[in-house]
Amino acid sequence: MHTPQGLQWLDVDLAIGKGENVSVFGESGAGKTTLLRMLAGLTRPDEGQICVDGEIWFDSRRKINLPVQKRRVGFISQENSLFPNMTVRQNLEYAGTGSNVDEWLGLMGLKGLASQRPDKLSGGQKQRVALIRALVHEPRILLMDEPLSDLDVTARLGVQDEIVKAYRKTGLATILVSHDLSEVFKLSQKVFILEQGRVIKSGKPQDVFVNADVSGKFKFSGQIVEIHKDGVLNILTLAIGNQIAKVVASDEEITGLGVGSRVIVASKAFNPLILKV
Amino acid sequence: MDYSPFFLTFQLAITVTVILLVIGLPLAYWISFSKNKFKVVVETLVSMPLVLPPTVIGFYLLIVFSPQHFLGHFLESVWGVRVVFSFTGLVIGSVLFSLPFMVNPIKAALQNFPSGLMEASWVLGKSSFETFFRVILPNVKPALLTGMVMAFAHTVGEFGVVLMIGGNIPGQTRVASIAIYNEVEALNYDTAGFYALVLVGISFCILLAFYYLNRKTPNLY
Repeated sequence: MHTPQGLQWLDVDLAIGKGENVSVFGESGAGKTTLLRMLAGLTRPDEGQICVDGEIWFDSRRKINLPVQKRRVGFISQENSLFPNMTVRQNLEYAGTGSNVDEWLGLMGLKGLASQRPDKLSGGQKQRVALIRALVHEPRILLMDEPLSDLDVTARLGVQDEIVKAYRKTGLATILVSHDLSEVFKLSQKVFILEQGRVIKSGKPQDVFVNADVSGKFKFSGQIVEIHKDGVLNILTLAIGNQIAKVVASDEEITGLGVGSRVIVASKAFNPLILKV
Repeated sequence: MDYSPFFLTFQLAITVTVILLVIGLPLAYWISFSKNKFKVVVETLVSMPLVLPPTVIGFYLLIVFSPQHFLGHFLESVWGVRVVFSFTGLVIGSVLFSLPFMVNPIKAALQNFPSGLMEASWVLGKSSFETFFRVILPNVKPALLTGMVMAFAHTVGEFGVVLMIGGNIPGQTRVASIAIYNEVEALNYDTAGFYALVLVGISFCILLAFYYLNRKTPNLY
């Protein structure tokens, strides 16, 4: 794998269950995108095996490499990949038979935009169309490469909801590549943490991130990933940078706040822990 | 007044543009996407007419296609086709000479074409062929138009190549640019002036239409 730091091994062994929604989390250059491209058939691995539903897509020993066209994957990337010469409807019909195009457009609130060209759409609308386009192709697995990273927070939350709707409706197995923690929590049941081409940790997002290091910062800004009511108190799980912290909040403090809200957390009396790294 | 040089000129320019479109598209595609190591040699050959004097190309074509040489002899004895001093010769010479004007704009557009769009089409199960005609081509229309107009205009304006390989046969190879030269040599300044003026007018109109159309077409890539 070519990275800004030079050549690097990407050595990954993942097993994903039917209908399971997983995510791959890691810094840029960790190999997340390369991994998805290999699954889609856009990048050829040096060696290994890719097997989906009992069908072998790639096997270096047996010299099998199913072409990208025959893999029937859904692929949504970070950049806008809608065909600019086609309207929204034409983009969708290019992908599939067109039978359920209207149903999807309605479900994602895009019915009025069917005859628009992509350059007239907002970033969030474009990614919704890209999502529908991937789905009407009736893929066997949905791959998403940081599909929301170019969107602002509001648009991002909106599209996240649509992705959850799509999960429920299709029951598809999905792999999401992301470096946004709230996204990982919301859109996956299992997360693989990739670092320098290797999976260093995997499990439920709560187990992997929440039990991680304690943050001893005096004041920090973050994003709410979970609100859990525990008796008279609320426990907020916050994403701060690449870390997760839990804080206690009263009902009053959390009025108007929800998952995805950006907040500043400050501690008045602080007694920081010093931990050797 | 003899109008045949104009008819000949435009007949030549249209023929050459159509042939160049058929040859230029696959050639530009190959240059843009092939990983062949000889690609750079082909690229250089395509652009040679930009730097060579037209007479050099005309000279070589004259030699290669003359009945005394293998290719010219072969064509004449097997198919009865004589290339030198014929309309066919004009077409061959003009196609070679205008090749970079068709290939280079298309090549530039293809090389700048976002790979994500092609990949999106492949992922949706479409072949490279279908992707080319339904995704790539509609999005590089302005470059296609540029190539066609440049090839057409360049063929209308060429002189050296056509004179070398076509000569100056009225109604057969005497195109407008040669007719002007011919009339000046015969001191018929009025006729030469008329021919020149018509060429200026037509060229202006073609380029004006081209820039107008290109202004209205959104330049995607």
